[in-house]
Amino acid sequence: MSARRGSRGGGGWRGWRALGLLWALAAIMVTARAQTLVVASTTSLEQSGFWAYLMPRVRQATGLELKVVALGTGQALDLARRGDADVVVAHDPEAEARFMAEGWGLRRHEVMVSDFVLVGPRDDPAGARGGDILGALRRVAAAGEARFVSRGDQSGTHWAEQRLWALAGVSPPAGARYRACGCGMGQALNIAAGLGAYTLSDRATWLSFRQPGALAVLVEGDARLRNPYSVIVVHPARHPHVQAVAGQRFVDWLRGPDGQAAIATFRLQGQSVFRPLAGQ
Amino acid sequence: MSPCLALDDVHVRLGRAAQAALSGVTLRVQVGERVALVGANGSGKSTLLRVLMGLLPVQQGQIWRAPDLRVALVFQQPYLLRMSALHNVALALWWQGRPWRQACERAQQALHAVGLGGCAHRPARTLSGGQQQRLALARAWAQQPHVWLLDEPTASLDPHASAEVEALIRAFAAGAAPADLAPAAPGQQAAQGRTLVFSSHHLGQVRRLASRVVYLEAGRIRADVPVDVFFDAQRLGQHSREALAFLQAEMP
Amino acid sequence: MGALTESVGIAWQWLWSGDARLWQIVGRSLAVSASACALACLIGLPLGAWLGVARFRGRAVVVIGINTLMAVPSVVVGLVVYLLLSRSGPLGFLGWLFSFPAMVLAQTLLVLPLVVGLARQVVQEVEQRHGEQLRALGAGVGTRAVWLAWDERVALLMVVIAAFARAVAEVGAVMIVGGNIEGHTRVMTTAIALETSKGDLPLALGLGLVLLVVVLGLHALVALLRQASQRWAGPSAAWERLA
Repeated sequence: MSARRGSRGGGGWRGWRALGLLWALAAIMVTARAQTLVVASTTSLEQSGFWAYLMPRVRQATGLELKVVALGTGQALDLARRGDADVVVAHDPEAEARFMAEGWGLRRHEVMVSDFVLVGPRDDPAGARGGDILGALRRVAAAGEARFVSRGDQSGTHWAEQRLWALAGVSPPAGARYRACGCGMGQALNIAAGLGAYTLSDRATWLSFRQPGALAVLVEGDARLRNPYSVIVVHPARHPHVQAVAGQRFVDWLRGPDGQAAIATFRLQGQSVFRPLAGQ
Repeated sequence: MSPCLALDDVHVRLGRAAQAALSGVTLRVQVGERVALVGANGSGKSTLLRVLMGLLPVQQGQIWRAPDLRVALVFQQPYLLRMSALHNVALALWWQGRPWRQACERAQQALHAVGLGGCAHRPARTLSGGQQQRLALARAWAQQPHVWLLDEPTASLDPHASAEVEALIRAFAAGAAPADLAPAAPGQQAAQGRTLVFSSHHLGQVRRLASRVVYLEAGRIRADVPVDVFFDAQRLGQHSREALAFLQAEMP
Repeated sequence: MGALTESVGIAWQWLWSGDARLWQIVGRSLAVSASACALACLIGLPLGAWLGVARFRGRAVVVIGINTLMAVPSVVVGLVVYLLLSRSGPLGFLGWLFSFPAMVLAQTLLVLPLVVGLARQVVQEVEQRHGEQLRALGAGVGTRAVWLAWDERVALLMVVIAAFARAVAEVGAVMIVGGNIEGHTRVMTTAIALETSKGDLPLALGLGLVLLVVVLGLHALVALLRQASQRWAGPSAAWERLA
């Protein structure tokens, strides 16, 4: 197809060339950067702004540019299994142990701990308010009208919720009273606020959530609501392209005095959210 | 007189139509003849022209063309591209393998031949109906065809434009070239008449232009007579009753 | 209603304040979608034009296939491209996952059927009405495809715009293969999704309004181009209205 449009070429051509040059320049700028590390992380750390807070500090200390992909813990671990991430940050000890047992991880370190909270409608129709999480869950399951929103996405929060139902010895509310959304924590809180339902949330996402509406914290401080975060470097023997050295550099910084101090000083609404663990 | 086009017992069916567009059509066109195709709408005139042009496949029968014969078909409503009149003509020549500059020169000559010399750079679609049809004629003329096929060339035109176009057709059929233009290609006899096959609803036009009239009805040729026979009711009646009925219905 | 007025206020403030992060996101959206649209049109317009003219056995099946792909959900495209680009996948060696090229690839594959299908429709229509005239002048399939497409360039420009609009407005594909990574692969649509899930609705709406303004600007540009082109080339041939 030899289409020649000789008479019309002229001025438009120069414009195209300039555009192409600009575009190539942009593409180069995008690719020629500091060394990047792909971190598969839980959504709670992304949504609470923790990564936005940490990334400049990491860049300054280690020269590493973090590319944080936020997914539920289960998905994050699967991502690492496929070799699409260099480092995983998760908060589901059982899933992490399985991951390590399967040989996907180089080393696992617990770096910080936070907690879960049970949030629900301020007027609390099920009477869940009080100190004991298991009792609260039993009352929610028993109450006729109370609704519960679950993550339903294989995340650490989701599995924590399942463990708590099991410990309480009750099954979650049946049918329409139990809504598994298969979504991130922020979405789940949106839905809970919209429906006037109860849900289990991690402290970080709750504090950074902008539209709590009529939701309030009903149960907190229970030892069973402990929420530890671990970081795992993906094993280079399973995926040779993984940047294990850079990953280790990041982990070392995170476990070192500067990283731990950064974790401790992260605040949301004036509250300290994470407690550094690596020293212990 | 030698034949230039011949159809032998040709059957054409369009798409999945139940009825054949042409049935058992046998026709021989001699060089220099001016054949008019007449008949009601849907009788197969357009189909026949397209078959002669080679645009439609035939299901049955033979088509014969003289070797190296150049044929041009002008449609009732010309399709002109969104560009200048000159480029419309030049492009057609370029498609046929001429270098662009030559094509443009030839196109300019063609526009001159039809009286559109001054409109060469106007967008083709801004021309009037009559001018567009003349442009289509220019497009055909530029290819120096041996045979001109025209499908109701003046059907969509007002009387004035119609007369202009008819005059051009007559001039081209006679092989006349305006005095200030060079002949198309060396060796081509400018004095020899071109062959013309056209369809028309205007019987006056038929009488003025044609030397032979072919009457079609429902895809079949019902009459094939010289023009003077066609317009003589008595003699026509001896050849074909259907043709006579048609003529009497058309003439007020 | 309060959220709506709040968000209009936010969007207005942003557009004038020149917030660097916002413009980075907007710029990235436009770059990804423009690149994808350009690639898809480069491949799809000629292909669609040819398909509009060519006749061959099995053509009907091809056309049906393309029409089906035109409506494929963006998340499905995202999933397919993700599986291709994953390190465990066939194209993993490229290392494109969670980066700009991955997003461009996904959106290109998303709008390519749209471009081919619509271009085919435009060219096929004019080929059916007038194609034989060009054939009578000696134009073969390829030539007709090129020149009919050129003649219908205004309609094809609308196809390009439609492709761009589809690309810039989708969220499924670019979320999965890009990962919505702050500073790298966050685009307007994924940012809106994120802010919504954080409950920051005014911010999300504000971003949405910015997106709308961009798309509106594009359509206005096309309308102007169309007017200008009609003024030059004259209104569609009167013949076509008679036909």
